[in-house]
Amino acid sequence: MDELLREYLPILIFLGLALGLAMLLIVASLVMGAQKPDSEKNAAYECGFEPFEDARARFDVRFYLVAILFIIFDLEVAFLFPWAVALKDIGVFGFWSMVVFLGILTVGFVYEWRKGALEWE
Amino acid sequence: MTILTDIMAGLPEIFLAVAGMVLLMIGVFRREDSSKLVTYLAIFVFLVTAVLVLAGPSGQTIAFNALFVVDGFAVFAKILVLLGAALTLVLSVSYNQRERINRFEFPVLVVYAVLGMLMMVSASDLISLYLGVELQSLSLYVIAAFRRDAVRSSEAGLKYFVLGALSSGILLYGMSMVYGFAGTTSFENLATVFASNEGGGQPVGLVIGLVFIVAGLAFKVSAVPFHMWTPDVYEGAPTPVTAFFAVAPKIAAMVLFVRVMIGPFGALVEQWQQVIVFISLASMILGALAAINQTNIKRLMAYSSIGNMGYALVGLAAGNETGAQAVLLYLSIYLFMNTGAFACILAMRRNGRMVEGINELAGLSRTNPAMALALAVFMFSMAGIPPLAGFFGKLYVFLAAIEAGLFTLAVVGLLTSVVAAFYYLRIVKLMYFDEPADAFDRPGREISAILVGTGLVTLLFFMVLSPVLNGAEQAVRLFFSA
Amino acid sequence: MIIQALAFYLFAIVAVASGAMVISSRNPVHSVLFLILAFFNSAGLFVLLGAEFLAMILVVVYVGAVAVLFLFVVMMLDINFSEMREGFLQYLPIGGAIGLVLLAELVLIFGSWVVSPEAGEVAVSPTPPLGEMSNTAALGQLIYTDFIYLFQAAGLVLLVAMIGAIVLTLRKREGVKRQVIADQVSRRPGDVLEIKKVPSGSGG
Repeated sequence: MDELLREYLPILIFLGLALGLAMLLIVASLVMGAQKPDSEKNAAYECGFEPFEDARARFDVRFYLVAILFIIFDLEVAFLFPWAVALKDIGVFGFWSMVVFLGILTVGFVYEWRKGALEWE
Repeated sequence: MTILTDIMAGLPEIFLAVAGMVLLMIGVFRREDSSKLVTYLAIFVFLVTAVLVLAGPSGQTIAFNALFVVDGFAVFAKILVLLGAALTLVLSVSYNQRERINRFEFPVLVVYAVLGMLMMVSASDLISLYLGVELQSLSLYVIAAFRRDAVRSSEAGLKYFVLGALSSGILLYGMSMVYGFAGTTSFENLATVFASNEGGGQPVGLVIGLVFIVAGLAFKVSAVPFHMWTPDVYEGAPTPVTAFFAVAPKIAAMVLFVRVMIGPFGALVEQWQQVIVFISLASMILGALAAINQTNIKRLMAYSSIGNMGYALVGLAAGNETGAQAVLLYLSIYLFMNTGAFACILAMRRNGRMVEGINELAGLSRTNPAMALALAVFMFSMAGIPPLAGFFGKLYVFLAAIEAGLFTLAVVGLLTSVVAAFYYLRIVKLMYFDEPADAFDRPGREISAILVGTGLVTLLFFMVLSPVLNGAEQAVRLFFSA
Repeated sequence: MIIQALAFYLFAIVAVASGAMVISSRNPVHSVLFLILAFFNSAGLFVLLGAEFLAMILVVVYVGAVAVLFLFVVMMLDINFSEMREGFLQYLPIGGAIGLVLLAELVLIFGSWVVSPEAGEVAVSPTPPLGEMSNTAALGQLIYTDFIYLFQAAGLVLLVAMIGAIVLTLRKREGVKRQVIADQVSRRPGDVLEIKKVPSGSGG
């Protein structure tokens, strides 16, 4: 257990460094910079006009489809990691087990492809 | 090779999974509209699966590392589920065609929902139970919203999804608690652990976990107080989908409920019996009272199904062999009555438009006497009037309750069925004694065929009562002895 | 040891604080970003527990995919959150009550945690000690062979999710012109050009 955590120590140090540095920079610029805000300075700047509309436009529902298809294949890949690590021990049966799983998702993939869900019009 | 015996035990499920993929490929690779072809093929697939289920090993077979069990109980339930799914698919063909939602994904999703149900009734581990429930529910969420351009259908799908996800969460929470206390998820091991605890009392956390599992399953059978989604989903979903919802998932969830309560949690009967008695009472009462004011026939059927699940739960509350047998009998009868009633609802079409108001049925006996007669048979049967099928269903669950000493439950059940009879008979009165509204369009051939078939079964059920009862008895005996 | 404790408190505090921010920040996009922060910190907690694989999957799947999906959905819906929050106070009592019940249950559980004596014996596949094998390998030895049934069922659930997503959201647009490279490459002058002989002098 401690063995394992010791391996992660560099990452923790790295994390602390990144956090500390980021904090330092923000605080330093807050402390050292000259700050004289007024209402004109704080207003959104859009070529001299008042902003016409909300900056956040609505997304098309097609992004959702792409994202959800991505999640599905992401999960598929998640199953591949332990399989790759343990392939030596689980033998032919384990190998074919994964092939069947990939086969199921390939059927889904073929369906997606034929339906044109992967095309962007 | 154990894997071969595993495959033999799970052959119907494997066949169904592969067939689903083949149907998907057929649908997507054929240039012209293939929904009709795929639907017919799916019906054929269900029939073949039913044959495979019947041809499977007799006795109890445990497969896939004790995750999956085939026994008489599962076989009986699987046949009911497959039959229900096949009948509702037959009903869906012409409706989907006319309403322009004839997409081949519909039968494919139904196939996967049914696969999930088969996995549910064959589960012998909490994890395989959960995966079965999820496979089923995920397919059902999609087909509830299948008419995606209609607001009500999307709303039904969304409501069902949000509440279904909540109930799955509750189920998982309960399962994790049970696992935390017992150290195992396998039904067999759970039963041993609980049996050995029996003298010293069960830990509180375990009981809380059990209650959470009961709540999750109660949602799936839409028992009160977890019924809120039912009327909205039934009303909003396309009618053949509602017919499917009312039959197959209810049967699967109910059988799963019995299996989980009596199998692994059998030793905790004192703890769960009170909960089941409560939800059973509440479902019967709400099903009877809330249905009185309904004007939409699909909502009426939703409350009727809540009430029906209450009656089936009476059998479970009894917690004995007779009770489980009565549940199976009740579900078999429920399958035919409900399919028939929904066939009538699907025939309610005037000038090419579906109508759903109960008033539209006025004077049906003069405009379409055959349909009126069939609907009257289903309504009388649901009201529990002898010698129709529904009477026997109720009779046996109440007998089981009395045998277990649950007299209140039986008495309340009788009273609520009198109240419920009021709104069932109101429909009959409307059809036979009110001024006729305009005639409905002529129903399609397949709807008429199903009406006649289910009507005859409901009418003449007393002739097949003893073989069905025998089948249920055998199914349950194997389950209890194991 | 002290570092471990410090790391635990760091991750735990940030996770809880960002969890609170998810539900209290005004801007829904900020909520999603705080959610991602919460995921990262839970991954840190998993590492502290020795569950490396879970930690990595949390980052890959939840941060990499689920949070992105949330962002898309938030952008798609264009909800006015301050309007939605108006109902918040109205539902606060019942929501708070449910929260209290759950809290009480958790307290009860920890107060009465009695693992049954058989638990150790019936556990089908106990986690091997970390020194022997990483938990990725330990999972790998079970998922694909012992639990093949669940593994394939998970594959089917993913297949249904794919079909469902396409059925509910895919729309074909009418009148979209698309490039067909093969047609462009195989185009020959003879297919589209016609040379007409115009007799001279007849044009008037």
